[in-house]
Amino acid sequence: MVLDAAWAVRWLNLCAEAMAEHRVELIELDRAIGDSDHGENMDRGFQAVVAKLGEGAPETPGAAMKLTAMTLMSKVGGAAGPLYGTAFLRAATSLGDSAEIDPGAWASALAAARDGIVARGKAEPGDKTMVDAWTPAVDAARAAADAGSSDALAVLVAAAEAAEAGAVATDPLVARKGRASYLGERSAGHRDPGAVSSALILRAAVGAAA
Amino acid sequence: MTVSIVVVSHSEKIADGAVELAAQMAPNVVILAAGGTGDGRIGTSLEKVMAALDKAAGGDGAVILADLGSAVMTAESALEFVDDPEKFLLADAPLIEGLVAASVAAQGGADVEGVRRAAEAVRGPAHGGDAGRQMVEEGSVTGRGPDFTGDFELINQAGMHARPAAKIAGGLSSLAADVTVNGVDGASMTALMTLAAGKGSVLHVEAWGADAERAVNYVGGLVQAGFGEP
Repeated sequence: MVLDAAWAVRWLNLCAEAMAEHRVELIELDRAIGDSDHGENMDRGFQAVVAKLGEGAPETPGAAMKLTAMTLMSKVGGAAGPLYGTAFLRAATSLGDSAEIDPGAWASALAAARDGIVARGKAEPGDKTMVDAWTPAVDAARAAADAGSSDALAVLVAAAEAAEAGAVATDPLVARKGRASYLGERSAGHRDPGAVSSALILRAAVGAAA
Repeated sequence: MTVSIVVVSHSEKIADGAVELAAQMAPNVVILAAGGTGDGRIGTSLEKVMAALDKAAGGDGAVILADLGSAVMTAESALEFVDDPEKFLLADAPLIEGLVAASVAAQGGADVEGVRRAAEAVRGPAHGGDAGRQMVEEGSVTGRGPDFTGDFELINQAGMHARPAAKIAGGLSSLAADVTVNGVDGASMTALMTLAAGKGSVLHVEAWGADAERAVNYVGGLVQAGFGEP
């Protein structure tokens, strides 16, 4: 499997499908501990990404991700806009002009994305945020790439599975960042919507390569 | 030329209303609203913030104030894209109080750093306040005394209210001096208003720094002229 510009476009389109499909789920998760706009914002943001991609195909995966970054920052509206925008932007910068992404470069791009989210949102692992999905995903992708996997699909799968497990693991946590932190102890027992949407994005990357 | 101010809020109405409020105190300052999303919903828009920064780009720089977490993040994201980042500063201050203080400082001719300081000073005075007074009571003063001091009696009917406080804070923020008035930060309009000093009250002014004498004379001149009020 080659991770090229065509894969990136498939991935971003699948992200939009996933956000539309899970819109209500994300809204309900966010209603429990936030301001209930996450599902709607993510759906709208990725629909706008699809529209942008339709205006002309990007030449590299990095270009597709940069376009996504700018669109999400402008169209999402909530905290997810600057957070995912920064994530895609840093990943795009990490990938540069490469026409194809090898497993090591994907692991590095994920790390850059996670570092961007941390820099923008100032959250740490365990704060019940999207960082709790991204950090295990980065570690799993790096481990799979370092283990010598030349199969890009295996690295994508490792990252997606780790992100999904990380999202589930936010259930018992008490939020220390974002609107949910205003709830204090009452935020425990709910899954973090940002961690869930992060896992959806990384799972879509697998779908685009399968 | 003055420093411009950009207000980033989740709500278009909050941003517009805040700008309207601050403009009353700072008629010559360009204060730009970047509130809500592009399609009029609650949220923040990078495009709106970038457009406001763009408008402010030709001048002496701009200070940004934001309301909640993601507005701060959107503002920070926008700052990553500007050509001359040193001209744009994000103030860590409560939106309304910080905005009014920043606008007054900009009206008084403060530079971009001075405007940000004025906004952030609403969180608490640099000198004096309770901590300063406590040190004096315990007789353990370690800092040096003020370079100049003065005592001035308020003669205007209304005493210290918003406009006099704005005049004092605005003028002081452009001087190279740290000034306290009855123990609170003289460059902070909101701190001055908390003095609730009525007609007949005496303002005790202490000033440190190169412009200390000018600062004391500036406050004295305003007070003795009744701030131009009856």
